[in-house]
Amino acid sequence: MDQQVKFYQTGTFTVGNRLLSPELRTVQASTARSNSLNSGHRACQGCGEALGARYAIDAAMRATSKRLIAANATGCLEVFSTPYPESSWQLPWIHSLFGNAAAVGTGIAAALHVRALKSGRTASDVRVIAQGGDGGTTDIGFGCLSGMFERNDDVLYICYDNEAYMNTGVQRSSATPPAARTATTMAVGAAPGAEFGKGKNVPRIAMAHEIPYVATATVADLHDLEAKVERAMTIRGARYLHILVPCPLGWGSASHDTIRLARLARETGIFPVFEAERGEVTRVSKIRRRVPVDEYLRPQKRFAHLFGANGHADMLQRIQDEADRNIRRFHLLDEGSAA
Amino acid sequence: MLQQAEGSHAVAEAVALCRPDVVCAYPISPQTHIVEGLGELVKSGRLSPCEFINVESEFAAMSVAIGASAAGARAYTATASQGLLFMAEAVYNASGLGLPIVMTVANRAIGAPINIWNDHSDAMSQRDSGWLQLYAETNQEAVDLHVQAFKLAEELSMPVMVCMDGFILTHAVERVDVPEPTDVDAFLPPYSPRQVLDPADPVSIGAMVGPEAFMEVRYLAHAKQLSALEHIPRIAAEFEARFGRTSGGLVRGYRCDDAETIVVALGSVIGTLKETVDALRADGVKVGVLGIQSYRPFPLAAVRAALQGAQRVVVLEKSFCVGLGGVVSTDVRVALSGLQLHGYTVVAGLGGRAITRASLERMLKDAVADRLAPLTFLDLDWRIVERQLAREAQTRRSGPIAENLLRDVGTVAAKVA
Amino acid sequence: MTMMKPFAITLDPGSSLANKTGSWRTERPVYVDRLPPCNGECPAGEDIQGWLFHAESGNYEAAWRHLTRDNPFPAIMGRVCYHTCESVCNRGRIDAPVGINSVERFLGDEALKQRWRFEWPANETGRHVLVVGAGPSGMSAAYHLRRLGHAVTVIEAGPVLGGMMRFGIPKYRLPRDVLDAEMQRIVDMGVTVRLGAKVSDIVQAMKDGGFDAAFLAVGAHIAKRAYIPAKDSARILDAVAVLRSMEGEAPPQLGRRVVVYGGGNTAIDVARTAKRLGATEAVIVYRRTREKMPAHDFEVEEALEEGVMVKWLSTIKQAEGGALTIEKMTLDAKGNPQPTGELETLEADSVVLALGQDVDLSLLDHVPRLRVEDGVVQVDPQTMMTSYPGLFAGGDMVPAERNVTVAIGHGKKAARHIDAWLRGVKLAPAAKHAPATFERLNPWYYSDAPKTVRPQLDLARRTSSFDEVQGGLTEDNALFEARRCLSCGNCFECDNCYGVCPDNAVVKLGPGNRFAFNYDYCKGCGVCVAECPCGAIEMVPEDV
Repeated sequence: MDQQVKFYQTGTFTVGNRLLSPELRTVQASTARSNSLNSGHRACQGCGEALGARYAIDAAMRATSKRLIAANATGCLEVFSTPYPESSWQLPWIHSLFGNAAAVGTGIAAALHVRALKSGRTASDVRVIAQGGDGGTTDIGFGCLSGMFERNDDVLYICYDNEAYMNTGVQRSSATPPAARTATTMAVGAAPGAEFGKGKNVPRIAMAHEIPYVATATVADLHDLEAKVERAMTIRGARYLHILVPCPLGWGSASHDTIRLARLARETGIFPVFEAERGEVTRVSKIRRRVPVDEYLRPQKRFAHLFGANGHADMLQRIQDEADRNIRRFHLLDEGSAA
Repeated sequence: MLQQAEGSHAVAEAVALCRPDVVCAYPISPQTHIVEGLGELVKSGRLSPCEFINVESEFAAMSVAIGASAAGARAYTATASQGLLFMAEAVYNASGLGLPIVMTVANRAIGAPINIWNDHSDAMSQRDSGWLQLYAETNQEAVDLHVQAFKLAEELSMPVMVCMDGFILTHAVERVDVPEPTDVDAFLPPYSPRQVLDPADPVSIGAMVGPEAFMEVRYLAHAKQLSALEHIPRIAAEFEARFGRTSGGLVRGYRCDDAETIVVALGSVIGTLKETVDALRADGVKVGVLGIQSYRPFPLAAVRAALQGAQRVVVLEKSFCVGLGGVVSTDVRVALSGLQLHGYTVVAGLGGRAITRASLERMLKDAVADRLAPLTFLDLDWRIVERQLAREAQTRRSGPIAENLLRDVGTVAAKVA
Repeated sequence: MTMMKPFAITLDPGSSLANKTGSWRTERPVYVDRLPPCNGECPAGEDIQGWLFHAESGNYEAAWRHLTRDNPFPAIMGRVCYHTCESVCNRGRIDAPVGINSVERFLGDEALKQRWRFEWPANETGRHVLVVGAGPSGMSAAYHLRRLGHAVTVIEAGPVLGGMMRFGIPKYRLPRDVLDAEMQRIVDMGVTVRLGAKVSDIVQAMKDGGFDAAFLAVGAHIAKRAYIPAKDSARILDAVAVLRSMEGEAPPQLGRRVVVYGGGNTAIDVARTAKRLGATEAVIVYRRTREKMPAHDFEVEEALEEGVMVKWLSTIKQAEGGALTIEKMTLDAKGNPQPTGELETLEADSVVLALGQDVDLSLLDHVPRLRVEDGVVQVDPQTMMTSYPGLFAGGDMVPAERNVTVAIGHGKKAARHIDAWLRGVKLAPAAKHAPATFERLNPWYYSDAPKTVRPQLDLARRTSSFDEVQGGLTEDNALFEARRCLSCGNCFECDNCYGVCPDNAVVKLGPGNRFAFNYDYCKGCGVCVAECPCGAIEMVPEDV
């Protein structure tokens, strides 16, 4: 009926679409989705990480036919999902420590492999995800992450990046962007907020390890995120997925703005969305309608000190320059589109 | 099979016989030969299937073991000293989660100052972690304890640390009887986890437990260790029945029955003490040795029973609680509470300082004559100590202590009187 | 084997469902239906969003049936309606309005092709209603009355059905086979039609026929005249007559140079007709400017493309055989045209006056206490009833904007109120939903898609024939166009709310059944509201 007309009202932008055949809709559109992170968890209203985790794990559950185990670092995701006596997780899940999610993942993968060999198979059909926030990944978990990468252990590591140590009260991490207010980079003094020139880009560090698959994503583009999880699950070896997840509490944004801000992060060029294999970028998610960084920064109180009568236009410009640089570097705009 | 083998190598063979699924290897003296041995066994195919993982730190070593054990694999690693401290968070985590990991600790001093030689300070730092701690007197016992440890750990679902003195045991070449594979297989069944990460039966492991239930959880860990006071002797008895020798257990007394003075110790120094006791007995001194094999759980009843007939107890330990004195002696005092005995703490052998028979004899004669201070340090050079203390009293920037002492001492590594 | 799980450290899956986080809320989301601007604007009261919904998934018959619940003439609408719905369409603020009119035409044409029919009513009420006038208003009333189960007789003075649709709108805009087919469909429902019968006294006609109520839709067919001093040889005609005579055997003889006086759609129709009849020159003379012209601008555009010329700010002072005297005008401060005294001569073989139309109200002479003002019958705007009980009126004969769609809307409204009046009940006015404004949408989610454009006949072909000027959309294009609809304020089951809830607190009820909130777990974060593309969710405060 609609084979010839490949136009579907909302196409790939919405979660589902009654005009699309079901296999073209997202995993989230289906009532058969795993709901791997189920209701009753204690995340804040509008939590981007809760959303990102369900998105990623549901997609992984489908890709692996529910043959999946997850290891979780200490942090918001772990704390709000498993306070005794209640767990929101529907899949086998383990929380060990803050800095060792990647190593625990390595251990689980090794165990599965040996058990498979012992029962006469060449490999296990059960796959492993290790996950944590930016604190547990880019800082305290960095050593274990790098070890997992260099050994090419068969683990997909997912970092839910809300750009600070949120669970302990919004302290700066190496993922905190310049100028952002946190409890340890307060918005006072001559250079308020997090300092420029610091910080770590873990996706690019992952690429430097030349692992089979590295990708970034946000909670604003569900189709893209699911496709990346699915792609990652077709690969054996070390894989890394870095998902931007806005935090209303820590970012000082309205709880309903979570997806909108994630969208703006890509559309400004601040957060490049791409895929890479063995150290080379293979695909880039182009900016659809470019906007200046102001639009992304204004709705977040953590950047409020940049605006207004006592604002810092120079810092704003530096942020814009960095976004421009990302756009150039990653070719985030279509040739011929308005810059 | 009888072998002339280095201690580490024999332990590697023993661990391999237990068919571990996952071995995590990170080098630190003096355990490195153990993991090297296992690595070779895996790579050559003699230990298979087994995942031998070169991890990036000790913290990773224990973490990988945690993941592997939780996913139903028999997991093993080895460490010492700084490495044990580096994985301390994970050590507590493993016991808190009740995972039956077995780990060899090749006992070594903890810095600063850095020191690679033997004492018990590393394992002692983890004595409250919930891990069971077994101490080997000889290389043979080290081999045997590893086989028993896997069985013990998996029965209880608690991790077990097998402690063997670094260099003294690990690097000594001795005659050792390495068990036959069929005997080990008969003694140690395949790992059947109490809880496991399994897509067919999902659970969430590692919840956050608040004030309303945390005390109960901790008590349950304690209860498990208390129940080990029965498992350990039973497993030792089963081992003796199958393999034909005494190894492990809670405590072992030597010439204690009519002893008036009993020396309590852990690890390889028990051997030296036995020879010292034999010499003193020949002079008519009624002394005996009580070796403690199971340090955690601490066998209060067995220790009390062994010691209560004596007049005095000397605890000779390679561990030291800065600001207080003895570590093991404090535990022994708990066992003896209410009993009127003379008790002496002798700290010896820290950082690998040799414990000689001559020194031990002198010390014991002083003890028997009750000339010993309650807390003494065997073979401590008081001149150096007093000179340094005077130096520090005069000058604020008196320089690094170790350097000063070494200058005073000369170029001697291990002082032998 | 069941696991012996350690106390507290290990938890069962899904045990969090015991924690009803809905208690956190200070406001809750609710699903709403809001009134899309197209629906709000349509004079015929069509549920445009509703029938587009069916068209989007290719269910054309369902779409046609949903459409014709309100308006029985989509094929006609798709050709003559001025689609003000498109002017208010929210899509217009993204790229271009949805081509609602084009899709409506497609559905109408598809219905004709597939010969879809209207059903006879299930039950007959036994009442008999008279409809006077078989134009759009009368036939619309007849349709709706028949659906409600009443017997209907339509009495039409002219020889065929259609009214102004036949005699006022040229063939190139509305082909006669289309008109005939949509008229016939009404007749086929069991409506009795008497042609060539003019009603001169409505009260008597009702008595004679035993009618329980009547709907009058006689239209406005009397051409207004202006006083133009004219010599005998001047050939002055009126537009109504010219267009009417197009339906007859012989087309009117207008000559080679035709001047049309007036600025409305009728003037345009005549000028374009003149060109098709072979006039070398067709000139519209209008006293004000293009902006002030009542005619729709697209019709002016098409006329200009076809070579029609326009003299703005001009009046006809005098007519002689073969020539007119034109006076130039200027607009004063109030926008009224004022003579300048500048004159010029314009050659013309004929002048056609298109200055508006009046209603023939003679059939109402004997109706007591009837209110007539400005030449049109006053009616209650809610019910379309005149001051005489049981006598209703609509279309060009009542105060309203004069076009086919408005007339059709009158017919529907009157039919419903006739039905209520016959049953002795008062119809409460239907509560309208609040408007679905553009600000409530999240336009990000709609795929980029500019409007498709209907094909137009080549210019040359246009001016020499009476073939339809604007072709319809192909199925692909119609489907594409329907899918540009944003479904403003009405859930179209995109699954966004179901997907974006961080707390998994939206329940999907299945195709056609939309969604429900699980208020046990909804924390009231509002992400669903922000990410609903069509603004069909609102936050309302909780009673805290």
